[in-house]
Amino acid sequence: MRRLLALAATMVALAVGPAAAEWPVTTFTLDNGLEGVVIEDRRAPVATHMVFYRVGGADEPAGRSGLAHWLEHLMFKDADTAVEGGFSALVAANGGQDNAFTSPDVTAYFQRIASDRLGFVMGLEASRMRDLEVGEAEALTERDVILEERAQRVENDPSGRFGEQRSAAMYLNHPYGQPLIGWRHEIAKLQLADALAFHARHYGPDNAVLVVAGDVDPETVERLALEHYGDIPSIGAVPRERVSEPPHAAPRRVLYEDARVRQPYVMREFLAPTRRTDPERAAALEMLAAVLGDGLNARLQQALTVERELAVATGAWFAGSARDYGEFAVYAAPQPGVSLDEIEAAMDGVLETFLASDGPSAEEMERVKTRWRASWIYSQDSQSTLARRYGHGLAIGMSIEEIEAWPETLQAVTAEDVMEVARAVLRPEASVTGRLQAPEGVEG
Amino acid sequence: MNLRMAAAALAFALLPPPPAEAAAEVQAIETPGGIEVWLVEAPEIPMVALELRFGGGASREPAELAGVTRMMAGLLDDGAGDLDAAAFEAAADGLALRFGASAGRDAVSVSARMLTETLDESVELLRLALTEPRFDADAVERARARQISSIRSAGTDPSALASRAWRAALFPEDPYGRPLSGDEATVARIDRAALVAARERALDRGDLAVGIVGDVTPDEAAALIDRLLADLPETRRDPLGPAEFAETRELEIVELDAPQAVARLVQPGIGRDDPDFFAAVVMEHVLGGGGFASRLTQEVRVERGLTYSVSSFLARWDRAAVLGAQVASDNARVAEAIAVIREEWARMRGTGVSEEELDDAKRYLTGAWPLAFDSNAKIASALAGFMSEGLPPDYLVTRNDLVEAVTLEDVNRVAARLLTPERLQVVVVGQPEGLERTDGGAD
Repeated sequence: MRRLLALAATMVALAVGPAAAEWPVTTFTLDNGLEGVVIEDRRAPVATHMVFYRVGGADEPAGRSGLAHWLEHLMFKDADTAVEGGFSALVAANGGQDNAFTSPDVTAYFQRIASDRLGFVMGLEASRMRDLEVGEAEALTERDVILEERAQRVENDPSGRFGEQRSAAMYLNHPYGQPLIGWRHEIAKLQLADALAFHARHYGPDNAVLVVAGDVDPETVERLALEHYGDIPSIGAVPRERVSEPPHAAPRRVLYEDARVRQPYVMREFLAPTRRTDPERAAALEMLAAVLGDGLNARLQQALTVERELAVATGAWFAGSARDYGEFAVYAAPQPGVSLDEIEAAMDGVLETFLASDGPSAEEMERVKTRWRASWIYSQDSQSTLARRYGHGLAIGMSIEEIEAWPETLQAVTAEDVMEVARAVLRPEASVTGRLQAPEGVEG
Repeated sequence: MNLRMAAAALAFALLPPPPAEAAAEVQAIETPGGIEVWLVEAPEIPMVALELRFGGGASREPAELAGVTRMMAGLLDDGAGDLDAAAFEAAADGLALRFGASAGRDAVSVSARMLTETLDESVELLRLALTEPRFDADAVERARARQISSIRSAGTDPSALASRAWRAALFPEDPYGRPLSGDEATVARIDRAALVAARERALDRGDLAVGIVGDVTPDEAAALIDRLLADLPETRRDPLGPAEFAETRELEIVELDAPQAVARLVQPGIGRDDPDFFAAVVMEHVLGGGGFASRLTQEVRVERGLTYSVSSFLARWDRAAVLGAQVASDNARVAEAIAVIREEWARMRGTGVSEEELDDAKRYLTGAWPLAFDSNAKIASALAGFMSEGLPPDYLVTRNDLVEAVTLEDVNRVAARLLTPERLQVVVVGQPEGLERTDGGAD
């Protein structure tokens, strides 16, 4: 069943003033459970084809960290596409580009290609959804590749190591605390049989979301989807059940020292709700991050870089797009001659003053909403951003209505909402404060 | 089972090449004020993307003030006219104007995104930023602190160290060999007068390229550009001569205590005006530019698992071009990765590419071309780039014909003439094992 969801321009116009053109979005569901979303952006004769699976790093069995991501790599080695260069070479030889990514909640595969070749990439993607066949030797070589990837992304970068340690300290129980790429000692022991079992259990049409954006019409997409994905049997996917966090009762501190650090910084992260678990509060947190830390007129910048020249950089962010838990953070990097103690005290001062106040002024609320609105409108200029927004949202269990309500929810946030959520989330006992610095004696 | 075979059959039966692109239609207009502008009308979204490319980049800054062009570009949105940095940001926020300027070696680029409904006010604010930036003392000190912080961090970042090392090794006497950010000493020296001079050097209509894409008509675009740029001077700059490459290429190891080594292998490349340019583009694609399908990825990553990422690149600036490869690998295995890359360089020079590789590369290159232009902002930026390289306005459409025209003979000729596997400048950052200094070699 297809339905026209929104020419959402009217909705945005009501909420925020200037209208953004939005592309028509429609959905369908095949009998085997595959959900499809079509975003018609007809500006150029290209299409973005994405398949999101409702499985990610946080769904790995204990002791197998990195499995979801390794499987993502192995999907490019499916025997069905066993030519030199594999899957990607076939896409490339048809003038397309492809890649994939794994997050704690989803694994997604995508191609961008001339829109008249949509059926071709669907055929390839369907073939590796149906089953996966990879040789043992090839799989183990790819495991070496992942170890190199880990070295490149994490071990060769002090900030990467630091982030891994902070996450592990943040989560007392939930698997978001383990690194997506995996711990080195666990990656080194991953077996092909684990990956194939993971594929069989989680990769199937009833555990996937198909997104096609670009110069396409919904009828054609549905017909092609039926042709290529329609006869893949369901796997009997069941909703994910994950462990949850107990109440956090103690502030945690992480000190990571590395001789390569030349710019120390302090980062404090708080456990927070997400867009899926609590959209109103997530929207208020988005605004709180902007009031505190987005741009020169934000509280932290004003206090730490304008009024006193303490910080090289400072800011705040909210990561609220994960399925189960979000994180809210403030950070500051001191100028030479300013210690981490000093900068952390100054950062605390900003938060204390803010929490003791009546909250953001009307002018501040207007500032952050306008800033956010501009980002939203300009995001319409990117086909892949839109495709990801829908695909990721659906794959973590949000409905289309919930995904599309986001701009309205944000614009409805009041100063009182911001204060309420600030007091609820900025609690020391639900926080991790991390410091990244060079060991004493190393030139900073 | 049979479905699976059907999928495989489909996979191997390559479809015919896509139809000629009905790509964006580029209009070349000259404003009443005499400025050439390339425009694509795109009324679908109520926004306008603008790209200005001023041909006065960091190569023209004094060596003792290296980094001043970059700092100047970053300060353009930090206060202008009567507005200090905070007031300027508030004004830009109120209009939903997004803009940034960045310094390259040959040019300073300004990219802006504006909403149609606040276009006039946005253009006025942008004009103010380009013509009357304040360079207030407090904003300058913030920018200096950021730049010095990033220079220090780059001092232990393997990729940044590797890039800096190969540039310095290839161009010992040319500004191309200097880091864009300068160093701590040169940045400490930058004062307001130096920033004002850098702005005057860069923001000049003498060598300007303009791309604009969005919800505007040609007349509106012309008026907008004239208002924006009328106050800037138009000076003919003396061209800088071609950059000189170093005579010797020796292995250089930059010691860094890190588990993984990062290597770069570079040699002179090929200019846009060379008749074999597209043959070289195809050759480089097969060698290491084509992602998973490339020879380097196959040999270094897929076959041996020596790396997560290996690729080649063709880089070109106004006065030099470079062909290179990059790889990151365990300290114990990086020597093997470098040896494999060198072998592939030699194999390509000796035997060139196959007919099938040529066809695959052409299909990829022509197919991927329109994919790179799927947003207004990307098209605006590309148009300014084409204009500054002296390409025609319809290059967006005709470029694929130039790729299609490349023959096997062309590719193999350029491979034999261009590639110098025995004379690669190799730099390695880390603690590589089993590499001798003679490895790079001079001939």
